[in-house]
Amino acid sequence: MKDMIFHILFVWYPYVCISAFVFGSLIRFDREQYTWKAHSSQLLRKRQLKWGSNLFHFGILFLFLGHTVGLLTPTSVYTLVISPEDKQFVAMAAGGVAGIACFIGLTLLLHRRLFDARIRQTSTYMDLAILTILWVQLVLGLATLPYSWGHEDAHVMLTLSHWAQGIVTVQPVDAGTLQGLDWPYLVHLVLGMTIFLIFPFSRLVHIWSAPVWYLGRKGYQVVRTRKPQAAE
Amino acid sequence: MSHFIDRLTFFKKMREPFAKGHGVTTNEPRDWEDGYRHRWQHDKVVRSTHGANCTGSCSWKIYVKGGIVTWETQQTDYPRTRPDLPNHEPRGCSRGASYSWYLYSGNRVKYPLVRSRLIKLWREARATMTSVAAWASIVENPEKRASYTKKRGHGGFVRAEWDEINELIAAANAYTAKTFGPDRIFGFSPIPAMSMVSYAAGSRYLSLIGGVCMSFYDWYCDLPPASPQTWGEQTDVPESADWYNAGFLILWGSNVPQTRTPDAHFYTEARYRGAKSAVICPDYSEASKFGDIWLPVKQGTDAALAMAMGHVILTEYHVKRTVPYFQDYVRRYTDMPMLVRLVQQDGRLVPDRFLRASDFAGALGETNNPDWKTVAFDEASGELVAPRGTSGFRWGEGGKWNLEEKDSSGRETKLRLSLDAIKDRYAEVAFPYFGNIETPHFTHSNHASVLGRNVPVKTVKTASGDVLVASVHDLFLANYGVDRGFGGANTGKSFDEDVPYTPAWAEKITGVSRDKIIQVAREFATNAEKTNGRSMIIIGAAMNHWYHADMNYRGVINMLVMCGCVGQSGGGWSHYVGQEKLRPQAGWAPLAFALDWGRPPRQQNSTSAFYVHTDQWRYETLSADEILSPTAPPGPWDGAIIDYNVRAVRMGWLPGYPTLSENPLNIAKRAADAGQEVKDYVQAAVKRGELSFAWEKPDDPKSWPRNMFVWRSNLLGSSGKGHEYFLKHLLGTSHGVLGKDLGPEGRKKPKEVAWQAEAPQGKLDLLVTLDFRMSTTCVYSDIVLPTATWYEKNDLNTSDMHPFIHPLTSAVDPVWGARSDWEIYKGIARAFSKVAPEVLGVEKDVVLTPIKHDTAMEVAQPFDPKDWKRGECEPVAGKTMPVVSVVERDYPHVYERFTALGPLMDSVGNGIKGLAWKTGHEVQHLKELNGVHGEGANKGLARIVSDVDAAEVILMMAPETNGEVAVRAWQTLSKTTGRAHDHLALPKEDEKIRFRDVVAQPRKIISAPTWSGLESEKVCYNAGYTNVHELIPWRTLTGRQQLYQDHLWMRAFGEALCVYRPPVDLKTIKPVSGLKPNGEKEIVLNFITPHQKWGIHSTYTDNLLMLTLSRGGPIVWLSEADAKKAGIADNDWVEAYNSNGALVARAVVSQRMKDGTLFMYHAQEKIVNVPGSEMTGQRGGIHNSVTRAVLKPTHMIGGYVQLAYDFNYYGTIGTNRDEFVIVRKLKKVDWLERPHPGNNAKGRARP
Repeated sequence: MKDMIFHILFVWYPYVCISAFVFGSLIRFDREQYTWKAHSSQLLRKRQLKWGSNLFHFGILFLFLGHTVGLLTPTSVYTLVISPEDKQFVAMAAGGVAGIACFIGLTLLLHRRLFDARIRQTSTYMDLAILTILWVQLVLGLATLPYSWGHEDAHVMLTLSHWAQGIVTVQPVDAGTLQGLDWPYLVHLVLGMTIFLIFPFSRLVHIWSAPVWYLGRKGYQVVRTRKPQAAE
Repeated sequence: MSHFIDRLTFFKKMREPFAKGHGVTTNEPRDWEDGYRHRWQHDKVVRSTHGANCTGSCSWKIYVKGGIVTWETQQTDYPRTRPDLPNHEPRGCSRGASYSWYLYSGNRVKYPLVRSRLIKLWREARATMTSVAAWASIVENPEKRASYTKKRGHGGFVRAEWDEINELIAAANAYTAKTFGPDRIFGFSPIPAMSMVSYAAGSRYLSLIGGVCMSFYDWYCDLPPASPQTWGEQTDVPESADWYNAGFLILWGSNVPQTRTPDAHFYTEARYRGAKSAVICPDYSEASKFGDIWLPVKQGTDAALAMAMGHVILTEYHVKRTVPYFQDYVRRYTDMPMLVRLVQQDGRLVPDRFLRASDFAGALGETNNPDWKTVAFDEASGELVAPRGTSGFRWGEGGKWNLEEKDSSGRETKLRLSLDAIKDRYAEVAFPYFGNIETPHFTHSNHASVLGRNVPVKTVKTASGDVLVASVHDLFLANYGVDRGFGGANTGKSFDEDVPYTPAWAEKITGVSRDKIIQVAREFATNAEKTNGRSMIIIGAAMNHWYHADMNYRGVINMLVMCGCVGQSGGGWSHYVGQEKLRPQAGWAPLAFALDWGRPPRQQNSTSAFYVHTDQWRYETLSADEILSPTAPPGPWDGAIIDYNVRAVRMGWLPGYPTLSENPLNIAKRAADAGQEVKDYVQAAVKRGELSFAWEKPDDPKSWPRNMFVWRSNLLGSSGKGHEYFLKHLLGTSHGVLGKDLGPEGRKKPKEVAWQAEAPQGKLDLLVTLDFRMSTTCVYSDIVLPTATWYEKNDLNTSDMHPFIHPLTSAVDPVWGARSDWEIYKGIARAFSKVAPEVLGVEKDVVLTPIKHDTAMEVAQPFDPKDWKRGECEPVAGKTMPVVSVVERDYPHVYERFTALGPLMDSVGNGIKGLAWKTGHEVQHLKELNGVHGEGANKGLARIVSDVDAAEVILMMAPETNGEVAVRAWQTLSKTTGRAHDHLALPKEDEKIRFRDVVAQPRKIISAPTWSGLESEKVCYNAGYTNVHELIPWRTLTGRQQLYQDHLWMRAFGEALCVYRPPVDLKTIKPVSGLKPNGEKEIVLNFITPHQKWGIHSTYTDNLLMLTLSRGGPIVWLSEADAKKAGIADNDWVEAYNSNGALVARAVVSQRMKDGTLFMYHAQEKIVNVPGSEMTGQRGGIHNSVTRAVLKPTHMIGGYVQLAYDFNYYGTIGTNRDEFVIVRKLKKVDWLERPHPGNNAKGRARP
């Protein structure tokens, strides 16, 4: 039974989430252009936003990048530079700092959203849900830190990155390898995948449209051509 | 195809840099831009306006997109004004811009709604019975009737089909006409000018069946009785553009930027041009900041302020120094030279009636109406003359009713203003003084009740002996306490002396310092002197809502008249209230009152009718002796207020429907049985007591109004003074009346009416309301019919603020099940024609109407009036009792008559204001334009089938929109005046304004004798202009601006001349003070109901956009000091109550407010965010929950030239500002969110 549950959660469920994430985003982008936005409430109230939003975005972007690089870089590649033990230490230190920044920001945001009457009134159910989930997920992530402290040999990190790389390369590893992990890791994983699942239904879609190209823009005046006439 | 795929442009990425890399060209998809484009794209733009009572009549572009009205913006294509004058636009305010919200709002009435209990009874009865019998079976069974009447206002509506509802209404009307009489079917709709065709739809139906159309202008208290009293004119005012021509502008109680928003720019522009402005109002209003000087007068004491300013003007410009322009003006255009008899009374010399030609042997050579020709001294010949223009010249002869300075024989005259130069002596004449009456909340002075002042008098020899006379001029100046060196007491030797009416005296009463009074008076008069009358006073209705409104207004009018401002461009009296100006009135009246089929219609002054039918008279706290003059001639003055009204009805002064207890459909037959003419029979029968007046038994079931239609109105949510009495007695549902009636209170009962120990509750069998939104009135109705909004129908709209006629146009068809008012009444008429034959055929209806102004009958009783009921004279129809007419009603063909222009337009013609002209040509034109009916009872007559057809009838018949008619009307007037007037319309003789023309662009109307101003290339529209410049007399007894009112009742109540009278004590606080303590402090404040910032009249206060901009529900304003006293903080829930009822609102604590007053903006809906009242246990109430209509006997006078009744012209007014309320904080806010007792949780009746 336990095997079955692990198999469903860590072999099937990731693909459900990835599918929903990719296709959901595509469909929403095509059908619901007017909902494709960050839905900022800055116009309604600036209070708590300066620290909350900046700390949160700094933290979450750092954490996201860290998770991506940390989990998906093949061991054979990074060991050229750093040992797994050192990598874990770097991850814990940097991730811990970013996590605390993110925690402060996110808590401010959540407080603002829940207890500022004007913001609360204009929030959708999903707005409340997504902030709460992110906050729980962050707390869970931070909660793994003491556990990681307990196994300096980085075996847990390696187990997790193997599993993640397996999923991404469509060669899922046996879910049994995750069975020995402490519960915060497991809940963190499931909730993390769930965030991908609900991503297209929330305001998170703005991540897709983060204006990163702006950083590498050329020139100051942009002239848009007319839509190509009957090019097709 | 796909937003995503379209962006996959990796292989054709084209980024062309230019400007050395500072610019870049991209070819990303640009579809997103369409979103912004679509936002403002639309399929069509339609011109319409808002049928609101705001005097805006603003031109709006209504945008339609995909069949949906999306938004509106201001239209800017008004016809040009004259050179040097600013344009009219922009017109339209934020409130107008929010209107489209209503069309698709949750508040929209979408389908016909009916009380479920009523429709169940109807269907049950209808299963076995014919229509009228079915209705009879419901209303004749007290239990069945009560099962739905007692639930009014408590929900329970279900949707129904039009056909079924129309049949029900028709059956109720037919039953009522047959059983009680058609004059038990009432209809209330205000302000025709808002949407003339919609008004006409209901009034045409009612008039065809003999129903009663109720007035609004007097009931709303917007009618200033001072206007008919002084000018014989309902109300006539300058257009707002004329403000620009003024040199000195007083805003007196008018909040122009807030309540006349689209016109306010002319005020601003006048200031830029250099005009000076004084603002007089108790609160720091939006207008106050426009003023160069602000006079925060104590509310209700405006007359005192006006009298003091008049005192200054008379002293400095008429006595110490005389201004030739002023002297000439008052000589030619006022009654000041006319002579008044002085009589001995209680050892005092008291001014009596005007001297008349008939007082002299030989009647000064006058053979026609010598009783109605007043007399003055001619300076040139030294003789007594009967100058031209008095009312005696208007009727029965032609050519001499004008203001030329001539007598009847054509001899040049110069009338003598003061008798000082030819006096016999100075005599002390008695003037009443009321400023010494002690009232709890107003300052009084200790001067005597009768003030004797010296006046030059002269003895003249009359047919009945020597008579002492004085000129109005001398009496008028003496009345103001002006010192002219004649000796004697009670005149102000200086402005600092405390004598009525000096500035020092006024300072104590009004709280305005004497320096400011003197300064404003001087500037006002000096400007008028330098500009020949370009001083103007703009008044809102605020001052007119006091019981003694006449005094406030006459005080102001006197100032204008003294300075020669009335009838001069840039000058005059600008009383702006509801959209009272129905410009094409002469064309509209035949359509609206079915004058093409039968005359006269039944028209009721609403104030008296509601006073009687909602039993407010049973709670009367004011007795006539409280307001009687200390100089009143002996007479039976001790009656109750309703006694005066009943006397006025039977003497033919005021209407009173139902008139007789008998059904008027039965009287013609009785007369025939008696072998008499109907008129003779009625005269004899009322004398014998065989026929009795219904209002003598107001609570008798035979006297009740049975059916009532309300359309274009929010009667129960807005204008219904004495709201809780309406609920209790007219509707018979739960109410908040806190006081007791005269019975338990042990007060003196009326003499002329029968007192019934138990007052009836629920007089109406059926209340039908037409509205586009679920208003408070709808909530209390039995049937609610969904009507078209202002963007869904074709109609016409005019205002007094600009000279254009404007359309309402159907931008989209009425949505859901809605229909236009025209279609709704047409449908009811059709159903009525089908149902009626069950009980009614072609009937003879005996219609009693009062003696009307502007008819030859207005000269009825020239001297002290006699009452036939007291045996003082015989009842003579049209002289001493109402006019008796027989009108044929063809009940089975009401629909055919409704939709065709009847034959009377051809055979009798049309007319207005005492003029009558032929309309054969216009009838022919209409046949060609609208087509003719082919078959049926209306064969060969012009069609009036659609709303546009109806609009064309108005436009074709009215001189204002048909140049040919205008010329004819002026020529008709020339026959009476003996002067050529048609030059005023000849340049526009060929102009015929059609409905499509006004849709294309608002059109300026053509000058017509209906109005006293001109629409010309040379001057702005200004009231009284043709009187002054064309020498057309005012339609008063003296033919001039009449400053002395000599009617017996006027003298009895002390208002022959203008005086200051403090507000009356309505005694509504004591009975409820400390009645139900809730632990909070109670304070007493004066209850004032000005007009809104976040709503316009009876609409808009439930508009979400406007609610969002204000506080989202009912609010009252009070001062910081008062709030502190009562422990009230801003936004607290408070309750205001007195013996009339209670209301609940949030408090706005503001520095703007004057201590002692509570403002509640007019017409905040009871249905939006209103909790329960601790005092009544009922839901909060409306602003009229704490008011009660209180009538004034002088407004009931009739048959006396300008003091004669006409619909919306003269009559009792619904005053409400003398009212005080107890204000206290609400302890517990109870939203009453539980079923009404008697209902289960689903709102259904408990088994």
